[in-house]
Amino acid sequence: MKMCLVVDDSSVVRKVARRILEGLDLQIVEAEDGEKAIEACKNGLPDAILLDWNMPVMDGLEFLHKLRRMPDGDRPKVVFCTTENDVAHIARALEAGADEYIMKPFDKDIVAAKFREVGLI
Amino acid sequence: MTPHDYTFLQGFLKDRSGLILSNKEYLVQGRLEPLAKKHGLNGISDLVEKIKSGKKDIETVVVEAMTTNETSFFRDKNPFDQFSETVVPRLVKARATKKSLRIWCAAGSTGQEPYSIAMCLKEMGALLKDWRIEITATDLSREVLAKSEAGRYSQFEVQRGLPIKLLMKYFQQSGETWQINADIRAMVKHKQFNLLSDFGALGRFDIIFCRNILIYFDEPTKTGIYKRLAKALEPDGLLALGAAETMIGLTNAFVPSPGLRGFYAPNPAAAA
Repeated sequence: MKMCLVVDDSSVVRKVARRILEGLDLQIVEAEDGEKAIEACKNGLPDAILLDWNMPVMDGLEFLHKLRRMPDGDRPKVVFCTTENDVAHIARALEAGADEYIMKPFDKDIVAAKFREVGLI
Repeated sequence: MTPHDYTFLQGFLKDRSGLILSNKEYLVQGRLEPLAKKHGLNGISDLVEKIKSGKKDIETVVVEAMTTNETSFFRDKNPFDQFSETVVPRLVKARATKKSLRIWCAAGSTGQEPYSIAMCLKEMGALLKDWRIEITATDLSREVLAKSEAGRYSQFEVQRGLPIKLLMKYFQQSGETWQINADIRAMVKHKQFNLLSDFGALGRFDIIFCRNILIYFDEPTKTGIYKRLAKALEPDGLLALGAAETMIGLTNAFVPSPGLRGFYAPNPAAAA
């Protein structure tokens, strides 16, 4: 079973994302900010990361930069999931190595489409 | 909605669009109740009365409301991968002298399918340089064709099946909506068209996409449409159907295209 790390400071969003992703046969690990996500990745790289942008301690973009510099850090598929829905933010995310981008609000169909796009389901 | 209203609507919709409604009361209720309110009527029974009294504008909006179908960019993904990787390269070889490709989206709906095709072709770049590409999108509903022509989609719509890199490359953001670029819009010609009518005026095509629409027709209607689709295709052309659709037991007008899932070739034995 493929593993997905859900990184979001909102417990509600993490819960909704967990329910959707478990329905897509993914095993879920959660982190509430970028720093905790880095710790989780040091314990074992997931196959996918659903990543919020605006979080306390370390935001999603900084996390992504650090992840991509880790050994094998280019392996996990990273899908941003954020309220930042303008082209400037999307461009920065892609430049930093994001594979896909979800603009909140999201639903099951959107998450499934994006994870299918990056070959995770 | 009374059982009489439902029976009347079944007959009316089959005559006008070929749409078959069996045990679809919930669908009729869900789509026509809001329509009745929008036109200041009390409910579906009033809509039925208007149709019976010959109100053409009401007839049209009822047919359009019932025949508008779910769609998304790159729906099911696989047909578009096959289209880009195999179908078009094969036709490019076969049409090397003519340098022309005609594609028909027979149920173009709000444009996601024809524009997905246009983006696939645009992504092929040099392979199709100096080619004349014609994508014809038809639909019964004028309302969905108008949306398709505008090429403007909500944030939800552009996230269902459209890779983010293509969104960034081919769309312009305008507040909460995204509009597909003018050069992609210009690749698609729109035309109101009823699949029950004669296809002759449309000419012949190299590829026809007729996905997830014939499931709403009864068997004799489907069989007739398949026969006419075969005649509307070049002998080496291909028909794309939806993932769950089959023509087994219905017609021998087509044969599955070897190695391609969901694509069918006109059957030379049937045409003879």
